[in-house]
This record gives sequence, structure tokens and C-alpha cells, in this order.
Amino acid sequence: MEPIYLDHAATTPVHPEVTKAMLPVLQEVFGNPSSVHHFGRKARQIIDEARRIIAGSIHANEKEIVFTSGGTEADNLAVVGTAMANRDRGMHVITTQIEHHATLHAAEYLEKQGFEITYLPVGSEGKVSVEELESALRDDTVLVSIMAVNNETGMVQPIKEMGKVLKGHPAYFHTDAVQAYGLMDINVDDWNVDLLTASSHKINGPKAGGFLYMREGVQVSALQYGGQQERKRRPGTENVSGIKGFQRAVELAVENRSERQQKYADFKQTFLQKLRQENVQFVVNGIETETVPAIVNISFPGTNVEALLTNFDLSGVAASSGSACTAGSIEPSHVLSAMFGKGDDRTINSIRFSFGLANTKDNVEEAAGRVASIVNRLAE
Amino acid sequence: MIYLDNSATTKPYQEVIDSFTQVSEKYYGNPSSIHRTGAAAERLLWRARQQAAELLDVKEEEIVFTSGGTEGNNTAIKGIALAHQKRGRHIITSCIEHPSVLEACRGLEGLGFSVTYLPVNHQGLVDPAAVEAAITEETILISIMHVNNELGTIQPVEEIGKIAKQYPKLHFHVDHVQGFGKVPMPLTNSGIDLCTISGHKIHGLKGTGLLYAKKGTHLFPLMHGGGQEQSIRSGTENLAGTVSLVKALRLILEEQQKGKQHLLDMKERLWSCLDKTKQVSINSPAGHAPHIINISVPGFKPEVLIHALSEKGYYISTKSACSSKNEDVSAVLAACGMPESKSSSALRISLSYHNQQREIEGFCKALGETLHQFSEVMG
Ligand SMILES: Cc1ncc(COP(=O)(O)O)c(C=O)c1O
Ligand SMILES: Cc1ncc(COP(=O)(O)O)c(C=O)c1O
Repeated sequence: MEPIYLDHAATTPVHPEVTKAMLPVLQEVFGNPSSVHHFGRKARQIIDEARRIIAGSIHANEKEIVFTSGGTEADNLAVVGTAMANRDRGMHVITTQIEHHATLHAAEYLEKQGFEITYLPVGSEGKVSVEELESALRDDTVLVSIMAVNNETGMVQPIKEMGKVLKGHPAYFHTDAVQAYGLMDINVDDWNVDLLTASSHKINGPKAGGFLYMREGVQVSALQYGGQQERKRRPGTENVSGIKGFQRAVELAVENRSERQQKYADFKQTFLQKLRQENVQFVVNGIETETVPAIVNISFPGTNVEALLTNFDLSGVAASSGSACTAGSIEPSHVLSAMFGKGDDRTINSIRFSFGLANTKDNVEEAAGRVASIVNRLAE
Repeated sequence: MIYLDNSATTKPYQEVIDSFTQVSEKYYGNPSSIHRTGAAAERLLWRARQQAAELLDVKEEEIVFTSGGTEGNNTAIKGIALAHQKRGRHIITSCIEHPSVLEACRGLEGLGFSVTYLPVNHQGLVDPAAVEAAITEETILISIMHVNNELGTIQPVEEIGKIAKQYPKLHFHVDHVQGFGKVPMPLTNSGIDLCTISGHKIHGLKGTGLLYAKKGTHLFPLMHGGGQEQSIRSGTENLAGTVSLVKALRLILEEQQKGKQHLLDMKERLWSCLDKTKQVSINSPAGHAPHIINISVPGFKPEVLIHALSEKGYYISTKSACSSKNEDVSAVLAACGMPESKSSSALRISLSYHNQQREIEGFCKALGETLHQFSEVMG
């Protein structure tokens, strides 16, 4: 059976245009951007151009973009870097229970360093409340880190409203926009964020690329030390071809944003429609109208994640439980646990389907058909 | 255009580019995903790890894939320091390490660690006896590079390894970024616990690298997250980059076998022509790394010479690319006790197996002409 990939929130195929843009750089522009000669300057130009285009994509200044090896590194730099550099101003950090592990584990590290962390809860709809943020804020809060879109449910968080709340507060505001970038129109001034994370491999760019937007004036201590690259905020010889590929992926995402939004929204409806047609028992987790079009998280009562995923996989459908799996064992999702409470059935019978480049309306419908027959069989 | 700046970075092998593009097209899954797309990626990652381990003659679980040399060095140094600070807070390194080692150590000084920066002799050599003398009860880490990136000096890592072995409580890290593929350094039984390699210095891709971490070596991670790479290095794996890195490891080791003499011959040719050029003095110690020659041309600004040579189609550099933006003086040459006339007029010529004798001859001629022209202008 034709394999159908519905796991674009985990990672995406590289767009052919991206590979095409990278090839000449790999083959010809191999200089070290720090070298002063021709080869170095050529490489430097590529990075400069990418920085300009990527900065433009979030309405930032190019000086404010720090290229990293991915979303995880950018999250760590944002969370650990700003907290550590500003600890004399306060040792309180606010984040949420539904962040990606990159942020959560970075916050846990800060706890060991003596910081106090507030993990904001979410209700069953998976949305962080602006009021809760407001009441958690303290004079000694130095950093607030809240994701723009949750990677498991696709729920869009009220970043702009939170930005407003934080306007009068000196705490830095970081958002992990890994799942939002490319699909949402992001304006860092509109959102009033000081730091923003994005990752290349989630938007059809090459793996091991990402950036941290850092508003001018934000103080961070670097995770790594070395040369002068990225104005010392991220030393190490730049991944020139990877940055070029990321740039191309960003251009494509910006050009095709509204088209992609519509297309993925259509895929989602097609998928859900087919499940309904086939009389599948399911509930969409979160508030469907407040999710990004590319992600849908569905609970199938009477089933179990492991059996579902194994059978989906046998039928060629690649989906995910949403949480990171270590060595094949599936832990109940921390996001769904935060929403529904530990031990709720939905934490062990929910699947994330995420749409993207590898999909057509036909293969989405075909996948939904396979999913339906498996669920109907397993839920009996 | 003749590229003689291979210590700054190298041109990727075509095979490396091919494996990168093939893997990124065919294996786009996330190795952490449990479906078949993910499983295929995970298997390939495992194979790459096995091959890397085989090529380095170490165990699979001792390989940590990284984003490059800087990350490898930081992971090793900060990783040991933060994981073992209860046992002691003293680190030994040398004053001619790469900035990614020196700055990592300085960063740790800010956290209350004490660091001994060992001096070097006029050849840039660290004295193993000085290493041993510096060891205290508090010492948790020795970090000494194998091949120096500016001079080509080969440090006595084998001897230092023997010393380190006698102190089971401390760890020995070697920055092998410039040495790998040019100057062999066996890891097994060497006393070396950690070793950094970078892809783009061995005709691999930028943004790839690996850290060897001997089994049982406990490292505190630089980045927290999904727990990839045995929790030492979280973040979605760069599978295509990793496979391409292993390809580069294999190819450069093959070239080391086949091309060793070719590299030495070119260096010898270059050395003898530089030696004969009267304005030039050679800073690199004789008999060291086969691919790096550092020279000074007192009285000439290095940028001016670099520019003039590049007009003739030859590309070399001042000291290391990383610090090219700093003032003219090379800290490495200064540490070797060279006067400012030399340390501020240094040039580095660095070769790869792919250079040709006639390119070396052409370079010598171009350098001679350039110096002649400038001498005439300056009367
Ligand atoms: C919301 C979110 N943040 C961070 C990351 C980590 O990004 P990367 O895989 O580039 O390290 C991911 C993806 O894994 C994510 O979904
Ligand atoms: C000796 C040495 N160590 C470390 C590095 C850093 O490696 P990378 O450029 O891969 O970060 C370099 C190169 O710049 C180097 O020459």
C-alpha cells in the first residue's frame, strides 16, 4: 500500500526547490564566511542575504536574527541564555505545562540553578489563559516563555494578548514559534515578543537549521563560546548551505502561505469528513477552530495509542502520538495530561495527524479511509 | 583560482554532497518517530554511527553527532566541568588552543572554575612534564589540541594521554579538528576520553561534526530537550548531514593512506621555496603537520599580501578564519615568544590532498613576484 505521511509536525520532506538552491552553494560556495578573501566573501554574502530575507519574514531587523543548529538550540539559548544573563534582576521564570521538551527541560535546568519556575496550566481546551499569566507575573519575573502553537494539538496560543499584558513589565517575552512559523503571519512588534524560535526542518527546509530572533538590546549569555560568529551569540563556522536552504524554504512559505493555509484546512476537513462518513467515533482535542490548519489531534475512545500507531503504520499511514518516543515506548503525552488530567483515557488514545507537502486531497482521503477501518476494528 | 586555505574550511567531496542530497530526499523521517518513515531514518542513523565507530575504532555509543567543532569542544569542556564540579573545579589547557576551547574555559572561570593556561615553547609545543606538574587534586579536565590550526604544531598528545591515564579521576579532551585525516591519532587505549572532529575541515559539510566520548564519560548537556544522542545533544538529528559526515570520514582516511606522500611532497616543495625567499621567515616547526605552513613577512601588512596574491588567483589567509576580524597580532605566535614584527605579519598556507605540485610552484612564483613588486615600490 502506498505510504502516506501525515506527520509533518514531526518533520517535513525537504522541498525540491530547497535542495536545488543548496546544491550550487555546496558545490561552489564552500568558503569560510570569516575568511577575508573571495571564497569567504561569497559565503558571507549568502548568509547576509538569508538573514535579510528571514528577518523580513517576521518583520524584524537582520541584526536580530541568530542562526542556530535548530529549534532545540534556539529554545535553550532563549530560555537558559536570557535567564542566566539577567539573574541579578530576578530569578522567576514563567512558562507553561504544554511547552516542547526543549523549553521544559531548559526550565528544569534553571530550577536546579536556583530559579523559581511557574508552569502555567491549561484547561481541557489546551489554551494558556492570559489572566493566569497576568496573575503569575511578579516583580522578579525575568522571562516568560510561551509557545505560539502547540506541537501536539496545533492550538494557537494568545501570544498577541499576552504581549500586551507584558508591555508594561520588564520581563523578556519568548515564544517558541516552531509550529507557527511559515503558516502564520508573524510580526514580532505586533506580538510584542523579545525572542522567537523557528526551525528549518518543520517548514520543508534542511534539518539542523533554525534561528532565534532576539530583539535589539536583549541580553543573553551564549550556550557556546568560540569565534566571533553570530556576534558571539552563537559561535561556530556557519552552516552556509543549510542557511541558504532555510532561506529558500522561508521564501516558499511566505509566497505560498495563504494557499497552504487553505489547502491544509481543506485536508483537515476532508480527513474529518471521511471519518464521520465511516461512522468512526472520535473527538477532536482542543478547539478545532483555534488550531493551525496543518495539525489535528484526535481521540479515538476505546482504543490505545500503541495499537493504533502500529496498525496505521502497517497500513502505510505515518502519524504520531504527538509526544517524543524514547526507544519505542510511548509515554502518555504531557500536553494531553495537562489538558485532561493524568490518567484520562484521552492521554492514551489520541493521535496527531499533521498535513503538508507530502499530501494531496486524494491521499488524505485515502489515509482517512485506512484510519477509519482500523479504528472501527480496534474500537469494537 | 587556487585555494590554499584548507585549514579555514575545505571544499566538500562530491560524494559527500551526493549522499547529503540523496538522504535528505529519501530519508526525511524523524528518527524519533515510530512509524516506518521514522524507523528507516533511525536505522540509517544507526548505520552511520556504526560506520563512524568502525572508522575511529571505537564503540557506537561513544559517538555523539554534533553541529561542528565549536559545539564539540564546548560540549566536552562545559560538559565535563558542569558534570564533575563536585569533584573538583580545576582545568588545564594551553594558551594556543582554538577560541572555542579558550573561550569555553574563560566562561567557566566566570562560574568559579580555575584554569591553568600552559605556556608553549617557541615551536608552539606544550611540555608534557608541565602538564603533569599542573595537575592537582582538584583537576577534572585536561584539554590539549592535537594539531594547532595556525602553526601546524603537533602536540605530544600520546604522552599527555599516558599521564592522564595515571589520574583516573580526570578527563583528557583533544581538539582533533585540524589533525583528523592528516595526522593519525589512535583513540583506543590512548588515555583520551573526549575527541572533537569537525566535518567542514575534512571535505565534509559545515554544520556537521562529532564528539568521541569514551564509554562511561559523564557529560552535562549543552542543550536540553528531546534527549537525542544519549541525552548529550538534544535536537532533531541532522540525518543527511550525519551520513555525509561519515562519508567524509571514510574518504579522508582513505586519502590519508594514499595521499600521504603527495601531501608531504607538496609541503616540502613549498617549504624549500619559502625558505629561499629572503623576506620570508617560516614560523611552523619543521617536521610537524603536513598541511600547514605559517610564515611571516616582516614589514608587510598581511592583508596587503593576501589581496595581492588573490589578484593572482591564490587564496591564503592570515591566522585562523575565526579570529580574522581581530587585530593583526596572532595570539598563538605571540605565545610562542615571537616578536611583534613577526606575530603581526603572519600568513598561513594550508594544503589539502587535492592540491597539485604545479599549484604550489605557481604560488611560490606569485609570492616571489608580489614581494618583488612591493619591495621596488617601497624602494
Ligand atoms: C514546538 C517545538 N519546539 C521545538 C522543537 C525542536 O526543534 P528542532 O527539532 O529543530 O530541534 C520542536 C520540534 O521538535 C517543536 O515542535
Ligand atoms: C583547531 C580547531 N578547533 C575547532 C574549530 C572549530 O570548528 P567549527 O568551525 O566546526 O566550529 C576549528 C576551526 O575553526 C579549529 O581549527
